[in-house]
Amino acid sequence: MSQYLIRRLLIAVPSLLGISIVLFTILALAPGDPFGELAMNPAVPPEVRAALREKFGLDDPVMVRYLRWLTAMFQGDWGFSFVSRMDVDTLILQRLPATLIVIGASQVLALLIALPVGIYAATRPYSIFDQVANTLAFIGFSLPTFFTGIVFILIFSITLDWLPFVYQSNINATGLAWYWGHIKQMIMPVAVLGLFQGASWTRFVRSAVLDVIRLDYVTTARAKGLAERVVVMKHIVRNALIPVVTLVALQMPAVFGGAIITEQIFRVPGIGSLLISSILANDTPVIMAVTFVFACLVILFNLIADILYGWLDPRISYR
Amino acid sequence: MAGSTPASLTVDPATGVPVAVKAKPKRVTPGREAWRRFRRHRLAVASAVILSVMILAVLFGPLVWRVQINEIDFSAMLEGPSLAHPLGTDDLGQDLLARMLYGGRISLAVGLTAMAVAVIVGTIVGAIAGVSRGSVDAGLMWLTDLFLSLPQVPLLLLIIYLFRDSLKEIAGPEVGMFILIVVVIGGFRWMPVARLVRAQFFSLREKEFVEAARALGASTPRQVIRHILPNALGPVIVAGTIDVAAAIITESTLSFLGLGFPPDIPTWGRILYDAKDYLDIAPHWAMFAGGAIFLAVLTINYIGDGLRDALDPRRVL
Repeated sequence: MSQYLIRRLLIAVPSLLGISIVLFTILALAPGDPFGELAMNPAVPPEVRAALREKFGLDDPVMVRYLRWLTAMFQGDWGFSFVSRMDVDTLILQRLPATLIVIGASQVLALLIALPVGIYAATRPYSIFDQVANTLAFIGFSLPTFFTGIVFILIFSITLDWLPFVYQSNINATGLAWYWGHIKQMIMPVAVLGLFQGASWTRFVRSAVLDVIRLDYVTTARAKGLAERVVVMKHIVRNALIPVVTLVALQMPAVFGGAIITEQIFRVPGIGSLLISSILANDTPVIMAVTFVFACLVILFNLIADILYGWLDPRISYR
Repeated sequence: MAGSTPASLTVDPATGVPVAVKAKPKRVTPGREAWRRFRRHRLAVASAVILSVMILAVLFGPLVWRVQINEIDFSAMLEGPSLAHPLGTDDLGQDLLARMLYGGRISLAVGLTAMAVAVIVGTIVGAIAGVSRGSVDAGLMWLTDLFLSLPQVPLLLLIIYLFRDSLKEIAGPEVGMFILIVVVIGGFRWMPVARLVRAQFFSLREKEFVEAARALGASTPRQVIRHILPNALGPVIVAGTIDVAAAIITESTLSFLGLGFPPDIPTWGRILYDAKDYLDIAPHWAMFAGGAIFLAVLTINYIGDGLRDALDPRRVL
């Protein structure tokens, strides 16, 4: 198992490098100058500008610039945000927990929906429950997250007035009320993201279980006289989850995309809304760093999926 | 499929020579067979009808409903649906029906063009990987996997942020943005198609009819274009259909974040973006725009589902 883990970690390195090359190429190909605003500013004399370019090494060859940028990225030296007047890494570290909580909670919610519904629907294929679940899943992943978010705000915040629709980091309360305030404002973003993911995962789970359920070893397990619950949980689900884990890992980039939009709608102070606001404010160092963090998160989740994969299917670890 | 191939060989009693006997007397073309399978998926047929109505509406609607999209009327601000304005008005009193019809053109055009980009790039990459073995295949697949693990929305936003101004200068605000959005969305959605095409090529290039073509001296491009590619198209069409829906969602997302088309071009996502600040007084504004996106995406997904039933020969119906 540990050998398998090390191999997976080593495979993650080239993809991380590949992503960094893509990012840097985009940046290098982009027209304009990272010091565009300085260049426009008539108060900055040309000698100062040239000195700055010299200092930051902007006139060096591409390879040198890439290597310097890469080492700086890995050393945690991500530059300075001109808009927020603080270091980019502290800014991102401030924002990261909110994003991770929203994404994590919504993934848990999605699993809580997809696993039971998908398994139950697959054990009774073409029943009424299956058809209703299928239709709802189709509707669920055809609804764009920004529209669901708006509908939720309209229903739960404006019409019913149950939940706040603007996220507040500082809640004026203590003890239980403080926790309740935080949970209340998390409900809608988590639900929007979780329902969308849950809908598409339900279909994955259903078709994966359907593939497994007709195999001979399942009949054997039944013939042994095992309870139906044991057959489903121990024999069917564990094997059906193997392809599901792969598909979930492949969906991870889309999850982060959805998280950005959800954060933007509900004003959650995470790195997604940070990305949007820095794009609108032309804050290049922050944009680059956030994109890089998202790329790292995608690779991290792929790694977790690989580990899960090895746990679900012991044959893989020995290969 | 079954009807078009000779099913078994029997011996002609008169001559003693083996002849091919058709399983069915009537010849069924693959297209007709696919249509028969598609029709069995009732929701897909209904979706095809609804989507056709929507496409016809955005194509010919502006010819019938001759209200200007930017006609400002402060006496009719944020009104609900009425006879004069069937879908109501926005905060400047502009007619929403006219804006929705105009925006629908752009949203659907972006979806279709981005799909075309994705399918063309994906088919080329997949075909090259599928025909060549060894390092070219491995390299292309590494590239595909790399693109699959890129965080797409952040990169989309980054590219649009970096390149929008220069493209606007070259091609004008509308066309420049259209090209940028289509290329970027297509450029991030070709990977599933490439994988599908490669997998199809792997099985098809060992089939007897390709071997026969090879034995007859057909060059590799001819084998690919005449023999392999037409047989690999089924799954590609299904994937392409779903790509249209994904592209429409992505374009609406960009517009919704305020980073898509300029404000004076009302795509569906842009209308929703403008409407979200007036949810409490004019919910109809957001609902119509969001509903249109939802309906288009839902019907396209259902059509994709029906096409999968129709074009995937492994499915027995």
